[in-house]
Amino acid sequence: MEIVVCVKQVPDTETRIKIDPAGKGIVREGIEYVVNPYDEFAIEEALVLKEKHGGKVTVITAGPDRAVDALRTALAMGADEAIHIQASQEDAVDSIGAAEVMARALKEIPFDIILCGKQAVDDDNAAFAPALAEFLGLPHVTVVTGLEVDPEAGEAQVVREIEGAQEHITTSLPAVIAAQKGLNEPRYPALRGIMQAKRKKIPVSTLADLGLEGETLPARTEVLSMMPPPPREGGEKYEGEPEETVARLIKALQAEKLV
Amino acid sequence: MDFSLSEEQSMIKRVVREFVKREVAPTAAQRDRTGEFPRDALRGLGELGLLALPFPQEWGGAGDTVAYAVVVEELARACASTAISYAAHVALGCGSLFLFGTVEQKERWLRPCLRAEYLAAFALTEPNAGSDAAATQTTARLLGGEWVINGTKCFITNGSVADVILITARTEEGISCFIIPRDAPGLSIGSQYDKLGLTASDTAELVFEDCRVPARNLLGEPGKGFRQFLTVLDSGRIGIAALSVGIARACLEDSLRYTQQRKQFGKPLWDFQATKFKLADMAVDVELARLMTYKAAWLKDQGRPFTKEAAMAKLFASEAAMRAAVEAVQLHGGYGYIKEYPVERYFRDAKLMEIGEGTSEIQRLVIARELERGL
Repeated sequence: MEIVVCVKQVPDTETRIKIDPAGKGIVREGIEYVVNPYDEFAIEEALVLKEKHGGKVTVITAGPDRAVDALRTALAMGADEAIHIQASQEDAVDSIGAAEVMARALKEIPFDIILCGKQAVDDDNAAFAPALAEFLGLPHVTVVTGLEVDPEAGEAQVVREIEGAQEHITTSLPAVIAAQKGLNEPRYPALRGIMQAKRKKIPVSTLADLGLEGETLPARTEVLSMMPPPPREGGEKYEGEPEETVARLIKALQAEKLV
Repeated sequence: MDFSLSEEQSMIKRVVREFVKREVAPTAAQRDRTGEFPRDALRGLGELGLLALPFPQEWGGAGDTVAYAVVVEELARACASTAISYAAHVALGCGSLFLFGTVEQKERWLRPCLRAEYLAAFALTEPNAGSDAAATQTTARLLGGEWVINGTKCFITNGSVADVILITARTEEGISCFIIPRDAPGLSIGSQYDKLGLTASDTAELVFEDCRVPARNLLGEPGKGFRQFLTVLDSGRIGIAALSVGIARACLEDSLRYTQQRKQFGKPLWDFQATKFKLADMAVDVELARLMTYKAAWLKDQGRPFTKEAAMAKLFASEAAMRAAVEAVQLHGGYGYIKEYPVERYFRDAKLMEIGEGTSEIQRLVIARELERGL
């Protein structure tokens, strides 16, 4: 099986994000980057598919120089090959552009299934997978918590999470599968993998190689402004006898239409 | 000159941080209470290949002592008991076998140690030979193709959980080293010590009464045991230095958080200049201790002498960790003295750093000896 995983490098989830003075993006200085946690589920699932059915796992990302670290992490976990599309993506929040670039790159390589995270934890758009599928003319399933692939039949049984229930879906392959937490428990890269990843060559292509202009991911949206959430206001405190305070609390909850 | 970690070292750091966050940190306080040995964590580190880290690639490692120091620091940030169990196994146990074992001995003992199938311990200290290790009283006599060993070793880290123990004993030629399997006849393991800190680290007394091991279990050259152990201790000190950095960092990070939150006289403790001075000093200590630890590790990886630098790193870092722990408890006030906050654990754990693998006084003697050599 030819398995492709699309990954994105995002700020470490423990980073304290600060808005830059221009108010259109975040301060990038001093940020540590990691593989988008949902993409880790996708990488793990790809490795599990390879262990079960054989084949090859290729990881691909579009991003600046530093994004190569995300590819190395995937290689260290056990992916076979990696492709880096050189593109500045600073403050681009347009998943459609990223999907367009990725779709062009994927026309060059064979695949039976494409995996990615259900969303990136930096901009939380959750639009990449459907957009990629649309560009490639493929079916897609998002928020996936279970995956069984039958390469012979060219089909996959997919479980997806919906409000209060699970949806069981059969899809033809190739398809785009977007992983949700719970799909698996991603492995840690072991030392052997880390040492091997170091030796692997990662081909780089530019947007021009893919027939696109400019150095930034094509965007159909523009960030007008970015601001931190308003600081939390202090709560209200009722003091007195329980009979009295509980009555006041219930009244307040009713006023807010919470009960 | 380049002060940044390499790509692989950074990746190892990220992996071990994630491992610590999920597998070590959540249970650290409980381990401190129950004294349960961190066997699962060591097995996990073995699966990640991290027990082989400082050894060359043909042993599954990376030949990278700097990365080893990174791992020890990250472990100690969350749980010093886990960190010292790891460091004693890797640097002292596996290190002895790697440096002085024959090909057969390495295949038999080192290989399973690197996969976490075996745990290793290193036994030098005796009731009457602590800092004065040359005063070793344990004896080994060759009788009918077997070494017969008599004596007592004390304060042995991983002593009761180890599958293989490396010991020193007196032979005709002087002090020699031996490989002792856990099940060797005549070896008995005394009770656990009731310690001030590092409660989940295993520390035991080993008693050898006509303990018999095959002649082939001599490790290294006869009569060279003392010199061999000094070499192993040089590497061991890098581990204790890194452990100290981890504890000092824990004190700094916890104190930073606490002093931002805790309000007295209508403002956070952080807003008092006295608090800022303490934390600035602590941050300087952490940074300097780490730099010296990395330097000693780097020298070792370059194949250059590092005895003096390892002793300097161990001395400075352990005293920095103790200073940081004292101030962390002070900054936490009454909360620092109760077990609800982890700083009292850091305080108890930090003290061993100034004692184990050579007290601070011995480190100063080692440094002075090296200075003398340069005269």
